[in-house]
This record gives sequence, C-alpha cells and structure tokens, in this order.
Amino acid sequence: METDSATTQSPPPADVDPALLHQLVEYLRQNRTDLREEWARRITDAQLLSAMTPEEIFSEVTAVYDNYVDALETGSIETLQAYARDLSERIIPRGVETHEVLGIVLLLRDVLARSLFVNYQHDADLLNRILDAYEPAANRIGVTVGVSFVDERERVIREQQESIHELSTPVLQVRTGLLILPIIGVLDAQRARQLTEQLLEGVQRNRAKVVVIDITGVATIDEAVANHLVDAVEAARLMGASAIITGLSPKIAQTLVDLGVDLSMMRTVGDLQGGLEEADRILGYRLSEDEAESADLT
Amino acid sequence: MSVAVLHHGDYLIASIQSDLSDSEVLRFRDDLVKRVGERRARGLIVDVSALDVIDSFVARALRSVAVTVRLRGAETVVVGIRPDVAIALVQFDLNLDPIRAALDLDEGVALLDRLTERDGHNGV
Repeated sequence: METDSATTQSPPPADVDPALLHQLVEYLRQNRTDLREEWARRITDAQLLSAMTPEEIFSEVTAVYDNYVDALETGSIETLQAYARDLSERIIPRGVETHEVLGIVLLLRDVLARSLFVNYQHDADLLNRILDAYEPAANRIGVTVGVSFVDERERVIREQQESIHELSTPVLQVRTGLLILPIIGVLDAQRARQLTEQLLEGVQRNRAKVVVIDITGVATIDEAVANHLVDAVEAARLMGASAIITGLSPKIAQTLVDLGVDLSMMRTVGDLQGGLEEADRILGYRLSEDEAESADLT
Repeated sequence: MSVAVLHHGDYLIASIQSDLSDSEVLRFRDDLVKRVGERRARGLIVDVSALDVIDSFVARALRSVAVTVRLRGAETVVVGIRPDVAIALVQFDLNLDPIRAALDLDEGVALLDRLTERDGHNGV
C-alpha cells in the first residue's frame, strides 16, 4: 500500500508562526529527560509493549522522542517514517500489536500536551497558539508512525501468504486409483479451497477411486477449515472417490469434537500407513463393509 | 426435453444433454421413477457430464430420484459430476448422502455391478 505520498507531501500548515514552533521545540528539548521518563512510565503503567524489557522500551522511547521533536521542528517526517518502519520491522516478530503502537504514540501526545498545558497555563492565549502549532504536527506524526507499523505488518502478511501459495499442495498418485495429498503447514480457508480444487482435479485426471488426505503436518484447524475439509471429502465422493483422512493429531481431534463439526461422513484412520492399508482394502474388495453398511442404511 | 434414456441390460441410463427448466426436471424425475418400475431395472445411471451447472433444485431432484428409485428396487448412480460442480453442490447444505456417484459412465456401470451383485443379479 502506498501511503508515503499522503504523509510526506503535505507541508506544515503555513499559518503556524515559525517562532512559536521554535519555542515549542526548544521547550521539548529542554525537558527531554523528564518527558521521556514520564512517557516511558506511562507506557509501562498502561502495560503496553509487554513483550519488551524496560531498558529496550526506554531506548526506543528516546529514539522516538528525538525523532518526534525533529519532525516537529523541520516539518519533515521522512526520518521519523524511516525510523518507524525500522522499528516496526524489529518489534513485529516479537508480537507487538497494532493497538500498542497506536497506544504509545497517543500517550506521547498526551504527555507532551499535558506538559505544554502546565507550562503555559499562565497565558491562555499563548497556550492556544502553541497548541495550534503542536496539534496538527503531532497528529501527522502519530498517523505516520501508525501507518508505518500497519504497512510493515501488511508486508509481512503478504509475504507469508505468498509463501503459503508457493507451498502448493502436491497430489501424488501412489498406484492406479489411489492418490495421496500430504498437507503440511497452516491450513486456512483459502488454502483449503485451493486444496479442494486440486484434489478434485487430481481425482478427475487420475481416475482416482481413493484419496488419502494426510494432515499429520497440520498443527491446528478451525471450524471453517474443518468444514472445508468435510466439503472436500463430500465433493470427492460426488466424483466417485472415497477420501480417507489420516494423521489427525490428538489436539485437532479434540478441537473437531469441541467445535461439533459433523465428521460422520469422514473416514478417518490414525496414521498414513493405516490409511494406505484401508485404501488398499477399498480398492481390493471394491465394496468395503463401511460402504455396504451405509448403502443399507440410506 | 433434452434427456436421453437408454436401456442397458438391467440398467437404465439417463443422459441429461443440456440444462433443464424446473418443470422439465420434475417431469424427468417422474419419468425415471416410472420407467424403473416398468423395465424392472436394477440400476439407474444419471449422466450429468454435459452440465456446467447443477443448481439446488436439480440436486434435490437427483436426490429424490435416488431415494424413490431405491424404494422401487433399484440403485442410482450419478456420473460425470465435474470438479467445480462438485464444489458448488456441497455448498448447498443439502444432504446428498443418498446420491451415489462415480466418475464417468464406465465407473458408474462398474459401481452398479458391485452394488447389485450382492443380490445375485448381474447387470449385463
């Protein structure tokens, strides 16, 4: 997403008195130590950035503070933007959430505004003009940091999605009429859909009678994905192929039961070996006991 | 009506050639159920390979044929469901269990042979 143009090109408001801005920046520089500490304290109190140590928070706080004041002074947010992007890159893998980043930026805004208020409370008119200078710049800086973080997050997500798609699901023919689909990694709704399509095309192309879907390599499953699997099995049946699911981990089995997903249509076997034996039985005897039973029942 | 019904030993083979209107679907259903009794058929194959789309009405009709025909003593196998049609069918939230399916006509005949030989009847 291209947000750079939106945040870098808008110049600082023309009607802001440069002297006022200078005064503001000087004030923030002079009180750097106190304000920085106050901000870091507020962050810790609000239990934001809990994934980071207090030392790390303080060093990031210092860097952001300085960048923040620089951005206020020059009206150019490029340095801050670059820093925010770099920061995001470092903290996203550690599990820092969007609300935390937005939270700390808003906290800094609060801390500074409160301090300005205290400092200029004797002169309401001056305070007003200082805030006029401060607020638009502060908002723009906050937006920049937030957007940089979200951009970085989206970039990570995009990369992950691409790598998932590259991990195509192979459909392997073991022998005439028997296919194996080993599924490894994260199974989300999109991948489950893709898998269904590949499964059905494989059934048609190889004239498969039995398909063994092995999910040993799948760590977790949610309700939507479980239903996709059920649909895939049912769709395969409509094309004349029986599907056998193998390798359900205890956790997934428990999840499926807890979710109440209807698995009565699914033929499941503990492991891949058992699945292949079951497949051979179906292929060898053609009509297994299960099938005969369901035929009688329906 | 664009449905061809062929006789093949103990089996009836109904091939749907193009999309059917709702009233044609109903007529097709009643006709098949009647013919199964008349011909004393042991099996019925419905070939839908010419269909790009199977809507829920047709799916319901196929299920109803399968259930009704079983009451009249014959097994039904639907053949030629395409991958995208299969995906669409399972989205209807219809219980399709009564519909047995096979990849194509050859497989359908083979499946019917297996289903009916238990009773000592062979298709051809």
